[in-house]
Amino acid sequence: MAYEFEQTLVDLRERIGAMESDLKNGAPADMAQEVKALRSELDRQTADVFANLSPWDRVQIARHPQRPRTLDFIRYAFTDFVELHGDRRYGDDLAVVGGPARLGDTPVMLVGHQKGKDAKDNQQRNFGMAHPEGFRKARRLMLQAEKFRLPLFTFLDIPGASPFLADEERGQAWAIAENLLTMSQLRTPIIVTVIGEGGSGGALALGIGDRVLMLEYSMYSVASPEGAASIVWKDAKFAPEAASSLKPFAHDLERLGIIHRVVPEPAGGAHVDPRGAAHALKTALVEELAALQELPLPTLIDRRYEFYRSLGVVAP
Amino acid sequence: MRKLFSNQERRFGFLPGRQRQPELPDELWEKCAGCGEMIYLAEFEQNAHVCPKCDHHARLGARKRVEYLLDEGSFAERDDAMRSQDILEFERPDRSYEQKLQDEADKAGIPESVVYGTGAIRGEAVVLAAIDTNFFMATMGSVVGEKITRAIELATETRTPLIIVSASAGARMEEGMFSLMQMAKTSAALTRLHEARVLYVSILTDPTLAGVTASFATLADVIIAEPQATIGFTGPRLIEQITHEKLPEGTHSAEFMLERGMVDCIVPRSDLRRTLARLINLYSAQDLSPLTDGLPQVSTVL
Repeated sequence: MAYEFEQTLVDLRERIGAMESDLKNGAPADMAQEVKALRSELDRQTADVFANLSPWDRVQIARHPQRPRTLDFIRYAFTDFVELHGDRRYGDDLAVVGGPARLGDTPVMLVGHQKGKDAKDNQQRNFGMAHPEGFRKARRLMLQAEKFRLPLFTFLDIPGASPFLADEERGQAWAIAENLLTMSQLRTPIIVTVIGEGGSGGALALGIGDRVLMLEYSMYSVASPEGAASIVWKDAKFAPEAASSLKPFAHDLERLGIIHRVVPEPAGGAHVDPRGAAHALKTALVEELAALQELPLPTLIDRRYEFYRSLGVVAP
Repeated sequence: MRKLFSNQERRFGFLPGRQRQPELPDELWEKCAGCGEMIYLAEFEQNAHVCPKCDHHARLGARKRVEYLLDEGSFAERDDAMRSQDILEFERPDRSYEQKLQDEADKAGIPESVVYGTGAIRGEAVVLAAIDTNFFMATMGSVVGEKITRAIELATETRTPLIIVSASAGARMEEGMFSLMQMAKTSAALTRLHEARVLYVSILTDPTLAGVTASFATLADVIIAEPQATIGFTGPRLIEQITHEKLPEGTHSAEFMLERGMVDCIVPRSDLRRTLARLINLYSAQDLSPLTDGLPQVSTVL
């Protein structure tokens, strides 16, 4: 599927794809020239479209159904991943995935939100809206990371924590709060990456770290634009206005000092080239980890504390 | 304040039904939000805003809360002028965020929804923070996070028991991610308080929802709820909006959360002072300086 703002790009890419397969199947060689011309046209139009994205276009990219998910980034940027399931309290929440893996040569622990890739997958994964047991599974893996001295990498991609009565009954707020406490003092380096939609408290529950990165077209927000619009404008249809006012995009949040680094995405967005996006992220993660590993643990944890302590703007 | 809940006062403070006249001046009467009965205002005040008829615990402003909880004259407030700023230049539809803050301050009589400082409960020193729903429905922005964090730090530094009376309808949209990050800031500060083994008692009042519940309000050694208070992450009305289904009566109540193991106890307002004093006494009986016997320190803080 494609959104309106990217439709011309999708059409162009399809045309190029079809011509390339014709070429492989013996179409006249002069078609190659035409493909080349179309490719530069695509590059030009992509740059143009992406230079003029509206806030609402950006929300749609962050939520794009074809956008790579945590398991895609794990597949393309890490090796030796062993997925571990369950919170050993209640159940296994498929909206949170995690387990040990390797980044280059370094053994690490991975935890991330996981949205589904199709309707059935989304049903199993509750559209990525994690339950309390998902946050508790994440906490179990965080504590394992500390115990075995594995650096922790988390990946944020959640519309919001699961908002149903059953989640309330199992202590949704309590599960999130415990993770905040645990991550604040976890004695191992933590690198957080927002890969898609960083939705509110459910995102923050995996989101405290020494370095917080965002993919270029991801978002991170205190509430969904629809939610903020129904609170402030009393009508969810003002979501585009809310998206603009909330300043939820990577470059906004880097400027405001809420996150540390923006990781560039391939032209046209990560959904056009998931492997390329994962490769760029891997490069950034390797650099960030190397820098954090220079620091003694007490310094690391003090700096983590000072970073969160400094967030907020008050007068006097 | 000491003798407020005596039966005699209950009996004589509440005027009999036949004396209730609709033309009586409003300022003398308060309508109970629980049973709808008219309560004589002096009686309502004396009873800490609890209905003498149906025991409904009405919402209590922060200054009133301080007055009812602490020993008379013991409170020393801190940072009483702290205000938020419109850092995002949020484009509200009706009026600027600055203007909205001013209007809320005029309405509530305080410049933000948290009041904190030092005081005493039955002679026991405490750091107390109270949150006021009259200001912007006690939504959490930078000031709420900062004042709560300073209260936590003060309690940690002075090794004084911390009491936070929480309430909140959710995040302060106008402060965007700065609002969300107050959850992280307050929780991080609490790790240090817990590592120092300073007692923290959290009191959940009506309503305590969303980011406040999912951070400092539940990260306490003891969680007390006021009777019938609405408590949770996603509030009942929002769940109904999302599911288009009516929830059964009583979900999210203090009693509902007690049954599910989420809070330690429900304490009526009239018993709060006594309960807090008792807890502080019990938990401060032992020498809590760091152990020097070579055994590991307590491994986890909650």
